[in-house]
Amino acid sequence: MCLSIPSKVVSVDREKNSAVVDTMGVKREAGLDLMEEGSVNVDDYVLIHIGFVMNKIDEEDALESLKVYHEILAKMDEEERSRVVLEDDNCENRGTP
Amino acid sequence: MSELKLKDLYDGFRDPATIRMLAAQIGEEAKALHEPLRIMEVCGGHTHTIMKYGLPQLLPGNIDFIHGPGCPVCIMPKERIDHAIALARMEDTILVTLGDMIRVPGSQSSLAVERAAGRDIRPLYTPMDALKIAKENPDKRVVFFAIGFETTTPMTAALLHAAVTQKVDNLYFHINHVLVPPAIDAIMSDGQAKINAFIGPSHVSVITGAKIYAPLPQKYGTPVVVCGFEPVDVMQGILMAVRQQVEGRAELEIEYSRSVTMEGNVKAQQLIDMYLQPRSHFRWRGIGDIPDSALELREEFAYLDAEKVFAEVLPTEPIDDHKLCICGTILKGLAKPMECKVFGTACTPNSPLGSCMVSSEGACNAYYRYAGVLG
Ligand code: SF4
Ligand code: SF4
Repeated sequence: MCLSIPSKVVSVDREKNSAVVDTMGVKREAGLDLMEEGSVNVDDYVLIHIGFVMNKIDEEDALESLKVYHEILAKMDEEERSRVVLEDDNCENRGTP
Repeated sequence: MSELKLKDLYDGFRDPATIRMLAAQIGEEAKALHEPLRIMEVCGGHTHTIMKYGLPQLLPGNIDFIHGPGCPVCIMPKERIDHAIALARMEDTILVTLGDMIRVPGSQSSLAVERAAGRDIRPLYTPMDALKIAKENPDKRVVFFAIGFETTTPMTAALLHAAVTQKVDNLYFHINHVLVPPAIDAIMSDGQAKINAFIGPSHVSVITGAKIYAPLPQKYGTPVVVCGFEPVDVMQGILMAVRQQVEGRAELEIEYSRSVTMEGNVKAQQLIDMYLQPRSHFRWRGIGDIPDSALELREEFAYLDAEKVFAEVLPTEPIDDHKLCICGTILKGLAKPMECKVFGTACTPNSPLGSCMVSSEGACNAYYRYAGVLG
């Protein structure tokens, strides 16, 4: 199932047209090919799907849902956390409606 | 601690108090319904939420869920999987794809079986990795077996764009992207499934915008509520649908406003349009042919189209499912998984007869997994 955990943009590489995002402390790269040029900036909250930034999320909404995720994730160690986050992003079925 | 799984993480989003409160509210307002509300959730993600949290048991008897065709694995006809197998069997070929597709049975084999037999078949984390694999293997052909609804289509388009602009000439595409609205239309115009409301898929709408559902309320008099995937989202969406029905409205509403707009991601839509066009026919597993229900490569990119370039190795016969499997009836909203004679006996997630049991999004899989919840 999609947790659709909001990710925070840490840095943007305009050359490669990609961003490094932080999802609950797990950092990874995501393509910006689906976003208007210049529309994604550091500190924005975004939704990631199979390696791409899919859209931006309103900051207030993002922070609200992050609070819930944090409570749960706080109970896990680092390794687990990274597995769970990647598993979510990697969900093969997210192609589903 | 190490036993924690994604599934447990999910439990955190089940706020029993909120769900119960919404259930009570729905129960109260549903008393005013003139006829039962039969809601189709098109998306397999919703089916799972509904089954996992036992939502049907919380709702009054005059609200029923009908499971729809919303899983790219479930609706893939066997002949398309046979295509993937035929492509993977070609000399010097690497077949790459996303997800559960690898386990789905074709007419005689599956990609998993082929891989075990030594074919080079690789699951991808992101479609972009296909580009890397193609560049690292210049002496091989790499075929991307592209699947999914409107949600994953722009990622395929981005890969196409990269391959074309970077002139990577050993990457081919087998396109199986399907579209939600024509499928809903096919089910509704068939008239057998009595559906009077829809829960609209949210991830599709992030890309396309909720506007793609706009014709439905007018055409069929059904409310459509675009919903998120958490149980609270789904309950909220049901409440909105009940209200519409009680008040005699049939409108398109967005519950999942934190991610979905009417317009969607315009850049992604443009990218898709550059490379892909409607396909005049696509056979949906169990449902049959639905006109304009899928996409294909535009003519000018025919040189990248695995279906054209490797046409001579691809089987053309349509292949139907196992006689006992009633997936088609389920996908059309006419039956529930338990009505299948082999459900849970000859057909289980470990040895599936049909793809509704294979896919983690499939209705049979959801019923099987959460059977305990059903009691
Ligand atoms: S299982 Fe899902 S996460 Fe995966 S795609 Fe479905 S709803 Fe999303
Ligand atoms: S239980 Fe198995 S055989 Fe029956 S409809 Fe579902 S997938 Fe098909």
